[in-house]
Amino acid sequence: MSTPEGPEVVEASEETKEAARDATFWAKSVSRLKVSDAPEEAAAINVEGKRLTSPIQGFGKMWQKTYQVRIHRSRVEPTELIATWKERFPEFWPEKNFFYAPLTGINPGEVALIDMTMPGRLKLSTGVMVLYADDESFTLMTPQGHVFAGWITFSATEQDEHTVAQAQVLLRAGDPMYELGFALGGAKKEDKFWEHTLSQVAAHFGEHDAEVDTQVVCVDKKRQWRHWKNIWHSAAIRSGIYMAGAPFRAIAKPYKRKNKSADGA
Amino acid sequence: MAEATATMEVRKPDESVGVIDIKGDITANSEETLMDAWSQAGEGTRAVILNFSGLEYMNSGGIGLLVTLLVRANRARQRLLAFGLSEHYRQIFELTRLDEAVSIYDDEQSALASV
Repeated sequence: MSTPEGPEVVEASEETKEAARDATFWAKSVSRLKVSDAPEEAAAINVEGKRLTSPIQGFGKMWQKTYQVRIHRSRVEPTELIATWKERFPEFWPEKNFFYAPLTGINPGEVALIDMTMPGRLKLSTGVMVLYADDESFTLMTPQGHVFAGWITFSATEQDEHTVAQAQVLLRAGDPMYELGFALGGAKKEDKFWEHTLSQVAAHFGEHDAEVDTQVVCVDKKRQWRHWKNIWHSAAIRSGIYMAGAPFRAIAKPYKRKNKSADGA
Repeated sequence: MAEATATMEVRKPDESVGVIDIKGDITANSEETLMDAWSQAGEGTRAVILNFSGLEYMNSGGIGLLVTLLVRANRARQRLLAFGLSEHYRQIFELTRLDEAVSIYDDEQSALASV
């Protein structure tokens, strides 16, 4: 358009487009997490009412870990890979670890519950919020009490003849106990977890022998001792207490039901 | 290889502070541009101010970069400040709790006054 108003009209529509892009991809601001439609087998004890934590609020050293796998582009394009990853996210995880995806799928602002198997058959219940999601990436952010404070971004890009699927974690261990756990083998376990996940993603698209490339960078060697009190929220400790109380809850269940029906009548 | 879509210009209103004028999109691909700008702005200064007035878009990779930048600034005993954030990105700073470590101001004058 060559009218004097032309450029202004174009600018306004660009701004609208940008605003729409932002609103669609990012989660809305929340002060505390809310769990809705939690499956019966999942415990929301360490998620409901918790605040999100970035690496700034974490305790341990700060790490950036990048896991990548290359899949030939004839097998899958980046957007298709991300769509599938979002849809089948729990299926690619190692056995005995459960990701209860939100009913509406991996969309910005949705909260998912997680049950992880720890050494000694201990179950750790926690969760994540979908911080960001577009066609080529999505990011999950952790709440207070999670093993690590930070986020993990899953993405797919084109590189030469390949689609590169990537998981990149930016984290600090949440509290001193988790930091100790990381040093005593937890960090390697985490690497194995995501390497397994990426190889499963590759296998899903027919790339069965794909090698996962792992890069670990220590971004900050300093521990943030001022955040040692994060241990109060520890999902590991709280899950342990919750598990110990399971027999008592089982005994109390029929009585609770009775009271409920009496109240109803 | 994805291209960086941000340009960053560095100014030094006085000897103790550097300002980075950010224009375009900040994503994980902006790492080199942002770190180069910080090296220039941070040389011999006690504070670096990020001007987001020209920011068009930032994804979660961009937020990750800012956290990394914050670590570097802390290591160099520098304060990191910001101004010119749209309401939307102010909320993203709150959501990711970046606002607890990066002081946010409405305009450049207020940011400079606080250094």
